[in-house]
Amino acid sequence: MTDPATSPAAPGLVIEAGRSETHYWRDLWAYRELLGFLAWRDIKVRYKQAVLGVAWAVVQPAVQTFLLTFVFGKLAKMPGGGVPYPLLVLAGLLPWQLFSSAFSGAGNSLVGNAHLISKVYFPRLIVPLSALAVALIDLGILLLLTLPYSFCFGVWPTWRLLLLPLFIALALLIAFGAGLWITALTVKYRDFRFISPFILQIGIFVTPVGFRTDFLPNWRDWLALNPLSSAVEGFRWCLLGGVTDFYWPGLATSLATTMLLVGTGLWYFRKTERQFADVI
Amino acid sequence: MSSDIVIAVDNLSKRYVIGHDSRHDNLRDALHHTARKLWRRFRWGTGFRTEEFWALRDVSFEIKRGEVVGIIGRNGAGKSTLLKILSRITEPTAGRVTLRGRVASLLEVGTGFHPELTGRENIFLNGAILGMRRDEIRRKFDEIVAFAEVERFLDTPVKYYSSGMYVRLAFAVAAHLEPEILIVDEVLAVGDYAFQKKCLGKMETVSRNDGRTILFVSHNLFAVHQLCQRVVTLEKGRLFSDGTPEAQIRHYMGANVKQDACLSLASAARALNPVGHAQLRSVSMASGHAGSPWVLPFDGVLELVFTIHVSQPLHTLELGLGIFNTQGFEIISTLSSWQQELGPAEPGEYSISVNYGNIELAPAVYRFGVGLKSNAGLEDYLPEAFDIEIAPSENASRLNLSTIRGAVARSARFKIERID
Repeated sequence: MTDPATSPAAPGLVIEAGRSETHYWRDLWAYRELLGFLAWRDIKVRYKQAVLGVAWAVVQPAVQTFLLTFVFGKLAKMPGGGVPYPLLVLAGLLPWQLFSSAFSGAGNSLVGNAHLISKVYFPRLIVPLSALAVALIDLGILLLLTLPYSFCFGVWPTWRLLLLPLFIALALLIAFGAGLWITALTVKYRDFRFISPFILQIGIFVTPVGFRTDFLPNWRDWLALNPLSSAVEGFRWCLLGGVTDFYWPGLATSLATTMLLVGTGLWYFRKTERQFADVI
Repeated sequence: MSSDIVIAVDNLSKRYVIGHDSRHDNLRDALHHTARKLWRRFRWGTGFRTEEFWALRDVSFEIKRGEVVGIIGRNGAGKSTLLKILSRITEPTAGRVTLRGRVASLLEVGTGFHPELTGRENIFLNGAILGMRRDEIRRKFDEIVAFAEVERFLDTPVKYYSSGMYVRLAFAVAAHLEPEILIVDEVLAVGDYAFQKKCLGKMETVSRNDGRTILFVSHNLFAVHQLCQRVVTLEKGRLFSDGTPEAQIRHYMGANVKQDACLSLASAARALNPVGHAQLRSVSMASGHAGSPWVLPFDGVLELVFTIHVSQPLHTLELGLGIFNTQGFEIISTLSSWQQELGPAEPGEYSISVNYGNIELAPAVYRFGVGLKSNAGLEDYLPEAFDIEIAPSENASRLNLSTIRGAVARSARFKIERID
């Protein structure tokens, strides 16, 4: 018997301790259809037996927009700088909604799919990725409603709108990195099911969702440490036709922290992934 | 390695670390544990002792293309762990497996079925989870639906399905996978009998016609026997034996078809809380022969002799026997009181002989459950008292027994008359 790894006749799949690395990325591609199916299932199932159905995707951000407008615009009297305050909030809420839905979806995804993890092989990365896909679809719905809403306020799209996909990608990457961490941690420590709503509650205030950063120069650099700040500013810049000022040093910081988040997230996820089936 | 071998398992081991020191499902425990570990290491230079458990230890075997191999073993023998490693759900601790070909594993029917989705949607979802491509599922869709016999309910959410329909649909998807290697665990334990037969039939055709390799784990020895050419027995994580189904299954029955002509029942497992005024002591098979006292030829007469011990005077005494097949179904039930009253009995030793005549059970292994009852209540009950094997005899081969499907091969008197 020769070593199967060196035998040219029929290269087989070798299962060994610590060997899963080699096929991983190829498998991920091979299972891309599963990614689609899981996302499709989650969307399909979410609004079953809900009377309002898909309307929920809109109700929640609408209420949040109202609340944030009230708290920041009316009570705190933050300046809107010529932009209708609800629109300002809504533009910031879009990336935040994308992040928070992907983040909480990812956190629950592996535990929610425990029966799959313990019975079938597929690259586990598919599961948090499908949560991301679901969040992206929600964003799409919201975006479709935001545009006519901004027309009502007399804000018309400019060439900047074409750059929006870049900021969507940024928000997705942030959600992906954070989602990887929360997913892997939730599998191991169920505490993170309680921690992640906290993170989101705090997050909405340390991210400039309800206020403009260009009127807070002292805080700008601090806020830039949160990679989502840049995404929020970017969304505003694209959607509101450049009325708001975009903070370029903030983007650099944001890109760096995002890369760090995604890199370490991938590393930690891959590291713990092989124990998922045993621990879950 | 010869290219004919599609699965090569080489010194495969899997270790689990058990004990509450090792797993921390919540953060507080983990932090607490880490702190204590550091403290101990600091104080005594040692960490925690963890208890290891080898679910699999140095298991090696090879499976050739087109073979259908059964894996049997008691609970905890490592069957599921082996399948989980082969299906890449978990990693081995040591050793390696080489798989040649597309693997599909079926550790459960209906993995990923979502109750809210319709039958149609679940076919696609489940197919994708099992590794089928969308166009592949679409191509086989009608076939799957026909196999599952659920046409009318295709657009009903599966939560409204009966459990039988659910299982049928789930298995139908799995049965239409086209992997080179199919790994199946216990899936036939569910579903009605007719459908089980259909599944077995499907798996048989698949392996025979398409040369696919099947690895089949089941407690259903009947199914293993019917389907597999080879059986691997695991015991306590190690490979115990590997050979023909007949020999392996006989072993699995607990090396149960014993070699002692007179079998003591004193230490047999007893169920319930018997009164205990009368106790079963031993059993022997009067019709058995010297070499294999518990093997009865198919056309032989089954006569059992029990010895019992009575410690209190009893007004009535009744012996009950149940004969179970390998699937655990009670096939024949017998009570002594149908024929005669065995009591009253004074304290002492008695022998009771039971003559079934020709029992006409199809060749296989059978398990006896035996109970004693008196006016005071249930005196003694051994749900798994002993096993016997009915072997095909020379005469039986003439009877063409291999074609019978029933548990009982009952003769009847036939007569033909011309009536036109």
